[in-house]
Amino acid sequence: MTELILFFIFGSLALVGGLTVVAAKNPVHSAMGLMLTLFSLAVFYVVQAAHFVAAVQVIVYAGAVMTLFLFVIMLIGVDKEENLTENIRFQRPLVVLLGLSVVVIGVVVAVGGRFTWVTGPAIAGPEVNGTVEAIGDDLFTVWLLPFEATSLLLIIAAVGALALAFYSPRRRQRSEEDAP
Amino acid sequence: MTVTVDWYLILAAVLFVIGAAGLLIRRNAIIMFMSIELMLNAVNLTFVSVGRELQNLAGQFAVFFVLVVAAAEVVIGLAIIVSIFRARATASVDELSEMKG
Repeated sequence: MTELILFFIFGSLALVGGLTVVAAKNPVHSAMGLMLTLFSLAVFYVVQAAHFVAAVQVIVYAGAVMTLFLFVIMLIGVDKEENLTENIRFQRPLVVLLGLSVVVIGVVVAVGGRFTWVTGPAIAGPEVNGTVEAIGDDLFTVWLLPFEATSLLLIIAAVGALALAFYSPRRRQRSEEDAP
Repeated sequence: MTVTVDWYLILAAVLFVIGAAGLLIRRNAIIMFMSIELMLNAVNLTFVSVGRELQNLAGQFAVFFVLVVAAAEVVIGLAIIVSIFRARATASVDELSEMKG
């Protein structure tokens, strides 16, 4: 019962947030909508016993990533006039087609009652419980190589961001003028 | 009436489509970026839900790695947007059309 109430409250909040991201004129409002969606999903993770993932979702996504987004929006300013005329002819029909196809698939699955198409058979076993202990146990044994690969990825990302921040066309021009 | 995994999957599908529509409709690079984040999060929700349904912790590890990759992607993507803005003073992707074949 609790899960049902939580699903309806935070499911609708997640949808409102998602629609705000797409529909808001002001990018800051879009960022706030995305934050609402991220928090709602964190609630769903807690409901589904994915405690570690929920904590990481709030700290990394809603905390760090959204701060970065807001920082960049503030940095480059908010341009409210956005030209929405479409240059690619089939892009708008593609959006409509995408929406319609999801509605059709949803109706077919709901009316047909064949949810096993979507999920596969459930396996009898102990309930998963994504505590920090359970995640850590597997992360440093089974998933060790991917874990180390992500550390490499993060270093590359940090170095790449630094390189992009230091590169500027004007500075390169000046150093070329100085060179001869 | 209990919440089954299908409800979460349908919610995630709707969120994914909202994100995809935003990516196709909007022209502001930052908002397109946020739409991509929305799509990634929709997929994360399916990972966790199906992981619970199949009683498998691997779904949560997939979410963990998606989170790390998304963080790296945001760092690089926003750096690119800022450097484009410094050179061009716009965040609209339609302005960046001089690389025509």
